[in-house]
Amino acid sequence: MTTSSIITVENLKRHFVLDRGNFLTRRKPVNLHAVDGVTLDIQPGEAVGLVGESGCGKSTLARVLCRLIDSTSGRILFEGRDITDMSASAFAGSQMRSDIQMVFQDPTESLNPLFNVFDLIADPCRRLKPQKNRAALRAKVEAAAVSVNLPLEFLTRFPHQLSGGQKARVGIARAMVVDPRLLVLDEPTAALDVSVQATVLQLLGSLRRDKGVALLFVSHDLNVVRLLCSRIVVMYLGQVVESGPTDHLFHAPQHPYTHALLSAIPTLGSGARRDRIKLDGDPQSPVNPSADKCRFAGRCPLQQELCTRQAPVLSRTGSGREVRCHFPLAEPGAPK
Amino acid sequence: MSVPLLSVRDLTVDFATRDGTVHVLDGVNFELAAGETLGIVGESGSGKSVTAFAIMGILDHAARVLSGDIRFEGRDVRAMYPRERDLWRGKEASIIFQNPRTALNPIRSVGRQIADVVSRHTPGSSSEIRESVLGAMRQVRIPDPERRMSSYPFELSGGLCQRIGIAAALACHPRLLIADEPTTGLDVTTQAVIMDMIRDIARQGNLGTVLITHDLALASEYCDRILVMHAGHVVETAPVKDLFANPRHPYTYGLLNSVPSMVDSVHDLRAIPGSLPDLRRADLPPCRFAERCPRRIPACDAPGLTLKEAGPSHAVACRNPL
Repeated sequence: MTTSSIITVENLKRHFVLDRGNFLTRRKPVNLHAVDGVTLDIQPGEAVGLVGESGCGKSTLARVLCRLIDSTSGRILFEGRDITDMSASAFAGSQMRSDIQMVFQDPTESLNPLFNVFDLIADPCRRLKPQKNRAALRAKVEAAAVSVNLPLEFLTRFPHQLSGGQKARVGIARAMVVDPRLLVLDEPTAALDVSVQATVLQLLGSLRRDKGVALLFVSHDLNVVRLLCSRIVVMYLGQVVESGPTDHLFHAPQHPYTHALLSAIPTLGSGARRDRIKLDGDPQSPVNPSADKCRFAGRCPLQQELCTRQAPVLSRTGSGREVRCHFPLAEPGAPK
Repeated sequence: MSVPLLSVRDLTVDFATRDGTVHVLDGVNFELAAGETLGIVGESGSGKSVTAFAIMGILDHAARVLSGDIRFEGRDVRAMYPRERDLWRGKEASIIFQNPRTALNPIRSVGRQIADVVSRHTPGSSSEIRESVLGAMRQVRIPDPERRMSSYPFELSGGLCQRIGIAAALACHPRLLIADEPTTGLDVTTQAVIMDMIRDIARQGNLGTVLITHDLALASEYCDRILVMHAGHVVETAPVKDLFANPRHPYTYGLLNSVPSMVDSVHDLRAIPGSLPDLRRADLPPCRFAERCPRRIPACDAPGLTLKEAGPSHAVACRNPL
């Protein structure tokens, strides 16, 4: 972990308290372990994909990284500075707020219906990067709109007059207007049609290329992530189970969950059907998970006796890859 | 050829809204044989779900079926008496809805909801109905059905809720199954399990299946034949392999090139310009794709566009096909 990285998190945890417990009645506290010991760093200009199924904690991690919610424990370093103990309101008032911006999942829900597009984009600029005069503000907003291919006549419209793809672009323009260094995108294309999704993905690709903004792309769709990201982090029940360069991870997954995830993606024109790994069984609960058991046990096709006795740790397997498994896969599909 | 399981001829549906009449479906034609899986693919607003609802006779009150001949095993479905159609629906033809959480009644246990379907179509003693419900739940591989049947939808995961929906749809062994985006909102791993299950059950029972989806890749894996819809028109229909190897309609071609799994870099993606035309317009062009089409020619504006043969069981509605 070098100090050049934009953001680094070390052993980050976020637990939600469902029941504080009671000392007198000896009722045990109940915690939902949404994010449970994640270590991650993002370099300037890098695009990292964060993948996992719903409920694995990927959105919670994204929100903690953006300092929208607080962490339970662990450290968050922004360009080497420890911001873990900084309060959320102090963070919101600092320069760092404009360096880390977020694009939310549902473009309709995340835009204020009473603001027109100009005000939606200008709002973060007014708060975080006050301009000298109105003309300067207008120039800034128009530049942001142009950068996301949004025609300028849309600036006077309201969200209900826009299509899904246009709303998604407003969401991105609003984040880009303060010149962030890291853009955290929480499933930005989940609500879009495939042809509209293509334009948004292209836009993100060119923003990264032209402006050098780093991306953390949270998605459940490995195919989308593959196109945009150079590195992929796979989460399962609050923990990172595998991470590595996109090509390696795609062609030779080492964790059985990653392998199952890849095999479950429908592929166009694959003709003969591939061997699909079925994950029948129910996932474990993220509420008070057992500390000495693999979290994937119970669904894992390659489970052995050791997996229910001892939790595996994340270990390096060479060339920037990490995997959390007792029995990682050696080659695509073949157990060691 | 013998009588198909389902045939739809010239189905045209309008919706009367405050802002005018929306021309949602215009002359939809297709046939489905027993044991066949037909995929209906298109963007949101293309009329996929309305087609399904029109077949089942569960359209919104604002909808008007202007024309259309819907035949199930030769019987005219639209000419059935309401009571007759109620008995047909659920017993002979069933539908799985998109969002399992909203499709299920939140204040009724899931076992009861399946029992409602069973008791309506095959009345029997309560123990017989209980057995049918358990059988339906076992068929969709719900673990521990005796315990789960008294659960409420909020207690179950999205995947389990969708299995309940499928169990209710299949409880009376229909011959036609319409699955309207059955796995949207589910994880890919769950999606694979649910889709494999639907396919296996359909194969065993020789069911005719209509799979409605916006996901071309999903349709390519599970369907025999695909119908591509755009703005209420069927623009192309072909067997799966043929459609992907040799798309003829510019819209199909555009859709295929905007699928992330087909390309290697984000810069190879090709988006389709523009969006669906406003279906409230009175002057909708004969080809509703014309205004977005890169291959538009003057002949496109002439009326009378129909699906034309473009190969063995491959038809396309285009005057300047690829």
